[in-house]
Amino acid sequence: MKEIFKSNMAVMIAFAAVVLTAPIWLAPIGADYPDLLQKFAIFGIFAIGFNILFGLTGYLSFGHAAFLGVGSYTAVWSFKLLSMNVLPAIIFAVIVAGLFSLLIGYISLRRSGIYFSILTLAFAQMSYSLAYSVLTPITNGETGLQLTLKDPRVVDGMFGIPVTDSLPSTNFFGIGMSGYSGFYFCAVFLIIAFYISLKIFRSPYGMKLRAIKSNQTRMKYTGFNTRPYLLSSFVISGMFAGLAGALMAVTDPLAGAERMQWTASGEVVLMTILGGMGTLIGPLLGVGIIKYFENIFSALNETALREVWNFLPTGLENIMVVISSPFVGEGWHLTLGALFMIVVIFLPGGLMEGFSRLSRMFGKSENEVAEDVVSESSGKTTGKTEGEK
Amino acid sequence: MDEILLQILNGLDKGGAYALIALGLTLTFGTLGVVNFAHGALFMLGAFCAVSVQKLLTISERVRDESITFFEAYKEVPYLEIWWGDVGTTIIDWSVPISILIAIPIMLLIGVAMERGLIKHFYKRAHADQILVTFGLAIVIQEIVKANFGANPIPTPAPDIVSGSAPVGAWLGLSENLVYPYWRMIYLGFAAVVIFGVFAFLRFTTFGMVVRAGMADRETVGLLGINVQRRFTIVFGLAAVVAGLAGVMYTPILPPDYHMGMDFLVLSFVVVVVGGMGSLEGAVLAGFLLGILQSFASMNEVKQILPGIDQIIIYLVAVIVLLVRPRGLLGREGVMED
Amino acid sequence: MGNILEISNVNKTFGGLHALSDINLKVEEGKIHAIIGPNGAGKSTLLNCCIGRLVPDTGSVMFNGHDMIGMEPHDINHAGMVRVFQTPEIFPDLSLLENTMIPALAKRDGTFKFNPFATLSRETEIRDHAMHILADVGLDRFADQHAGSISRGDKRRLELAMGLIQEPALLLLDEPTAGMARLDTNRTIDLLKKIKERGMTKIIIEHDMHVVFSLADTISVLAQGRIIATGSPEEIKNNPKVREAYLGEEADDE
Repeated sequence: MKEIFKSNMAVMIAFAAVVLTAPIWLAPIGADYPDLLQKFAIFGIFAIGFNILFGLTGYLSFGHAAFLGVGSYTAVWSFKLLSMNVLPAIIFAVIVAGLFSLLIGYISLRRSGIYFSILTLAFAQMSYSLAYSVLTPITNGETGLQLTLKDPRVVDGMFGIPVTDSLPSTNFFGIGMSGYSGFYFCAVFLIIAFYISLKIFRSPYGMKLRAIKSNQTRMKYTGFNTRPYLLSSFVISGMFAGLAGALMAVTDPLAGAERMQWTASGEVVLMTILGGMGTLIGPLLGVGIIKYFENIFSALNETALREVWNFLPTGLENIMVVISSPFVGEGWHLTLGALFMIVVIFLPGGLMEGFSRLSRMFGKSENEVAEDVVSESSGKTTGKTEGEK
Repeated sequence: MDEILLQILNGLDKGGAYALIALGLTLTFGTLGVVNFAHGALFMLGAFCAVSVQKLLTISERVRDESITFFEAYKEVPYLEIWWGDVGTTIIDWSVPISILIAIPIMLLIGVAMERGLIKHFYKRAHADQILVTFGLAIVIQEIVKANFGANPIPTPAPDIVSGSAPVGAWLGLSENLVYPYWRMIYLGFAAVVIFGVFAFLRFTTFGMVVRAGMADRETVGLLGINVQRRFTIVFGLAAVVAGLAGVMYTPILPPDYHMGMDFLVLSFVVVVVGGMGSLEGAVLAGFLLGILQSFASMNEVKQILPGIDQIIIYLVAVIVLLVRPRGLLGREGVMED
Repeated sequence: MGNILEISNVNKTFGGLHALSDINLKVEEGKIHAIIGPNGAGKSTLLNCCIGRLVPDTGSVMFNGHDMIGMEPHDINHAGMVRVFQTPEIFPDLSLLENTMIPALAKRDGTFKFNPFATLSRETEIRDHAMHILADVGLDRFADQHAGSISRGDKRRLELAMGLIQEPALLLLDEPTAGMARLDTNRTIDLLKKIKERGMTKIIIEHDMHVVFSLADTISVLAQGRIIATGSPEEIKNNPKVREAYLGEEADDE
């Protein structure tokens, strides 16, 4: 089985199949409606990008939400100024986010470790503050940037697209972006993003990034200038974030400053770590689980909670409701924080590490498991196939 | 001149809060080598100690309001007032200072619990892991506070006698119009006392000497057979108390709400970095300096030239410092330098 | 043959400590030049000044006619000067094979190559070369193991492999046999001799006199930051100053 997944083609076919049929196999657990599916795809892209930086090089950035925000703002401005067609919006968003991350990365990467993290933190807060106050002409501050009827939409005008009485909706050359078509549009980008990530993981460039994480000083003395490697991975992950932000605007054309706070970056960190940082599918797993349960948990109020525990005798039911109520509804962030702590304390390798430990318990030989862990955790090949041991 | 003095005073007491928080952060980082993203939450918990004390003292009974006669009106009268009359009212009035006494043991307990329960398991782990787990803890604490106290800021007034403004101008022979709130000056004094207390403790006690030695070279101190572990716990507790006290006394200045922890956390890390990550003096100095800087940046004249500068000035300074002089103002060379 | 490395007038002080004083050293191309001396003599400091880890206060380090002082470590590496570390500085999270491939990739790709779309599994040439070198140092059967989990002695051998694979013009070895058992030491000596035939110049810092006298063409003796003698092994053995400073103690360790 592992043999097959050494081929990029096989992985991509499997991945694309899983993603594109998601509405079908997610239906039994009630996760098949467009809004949630779009979230999976969008945050999946965000997490994949973040993983390229954090998972491979180990550099922890708290600023990525800023790139997401920038992507969103750019996209909405494209909708307002140019056209409701999503293509220019996405292209510009990725470019602008890339430039922004180039600037921030260039400065932040002059330091490493915790200094780097604090720098990204400082930039995230700065961006957030500026978006909220000074840059309101661009960002519309607290209200958020929205479409209005008075938007010029120059390119649309050139193509003779009529101005209507109501707010227009985003489209991809005529195809609407709401509902399932919105999801499929995002899904295509998710597949592309995953492919890029797959290539990076399995490339010499990816291996060098991991070597930087393993021993950066040694890399320098081995002849590598680590700065451009780090900067390029930072910018790539920033562009992924920008793409995610653009897609957010595509499916719901507004952009708000709260997306740029450093605590929003914290969410993507959690998703990546929960699934397993440095692994290919770990972050996606993390996104899926977090977003799915966020959906369920945030909607649980007391009545719904009672229904959940209904099967217990009344006394026990009451106790369970009391115990679990702080963790649902408004308390979803509490659950998130607690989950964060649990994962970091007990299972820093995330779910992927959990799976490999489990498979170890089911009687594999040490060598096989070591190879599995090593190859699963980075999708790379070491030149030996299972047969050749 | 008046304006400048006013801004300096403003900056000093905001700076006092920064300095206190940064002091605690540097203690934990310098001695334990642990990056604690939950430190802001400790500041917040101190503030909410004050809130809780206030709530406790003002537990009330619904009583018929006799002064309104044309319909049945009720008012809330605190039990303390009912039982002890004027004395009760005074006690309630002084709830913030009273909270100091309560906060010290509580924060100490919380700090010790945090260190024994969580932090000590992370001494050997990577800084990224420490950041992440304490970040998670900060969120958990924040959410618990939010769940119990609601999402809105809770006003906690200073005692009546000091709630007005002092005629500072008159004292200094300057303009009569220059006034400054009593409580803020008290806060400044309080911060100074606590800071001196901590430094005195570190300088003049044996315990303090061991801590300072540990900050300089943890491994050697351990090899000398000194039980560093227990001292770490106490240091962490001390840091928690300092942060908590800063929070308690700050409540009349800024009504506490559940996300003040995170807000101050980012600022205090920036302060620590500017001051120099191993340096206690640096943290204090940077705290005051950045407080004053931020104050000046919020002057109207300044904002006209550079709008929004007050929001980002601290971050800008941090960025510049990190790039130009990564060890900070007073940091030791080689500590965590790239 | 010319001098591949000429160290002139190098001084380095740390605070009040004169780690290196007026160092003048010429290393002939294609030879094995050993640097010996008591502990604390400044041998590692000298090496660090060559590869860019430290910057000397005065003097120059001319490598193939270019002054290396002030250059970035990665550029010095590409100029052809490679160091094998005394305390193994390997990549613990990667496999031994990957550890060995990385330096090979550095040599081929330069200080930066943006090739995220190249496929690692197709790098057969690099992989074969790496396996070959691992076999040379006797680590090929551990090729897929995590480098972090092997023994210290094996890590030292991996270090050596990582240095050798870059086929540098000048290889700087910092106590390559420290902590090795006799068998390994002899094997390393054989390996270094074999490579000498390929023309790689080497500077070796060593305490083990057996290794030094088996391999070295020239020996320089460093004591208290100064070079007190340079010459052929015979000359050094018979040099009274050297005997006094150093050899007298070491002879007992043989």
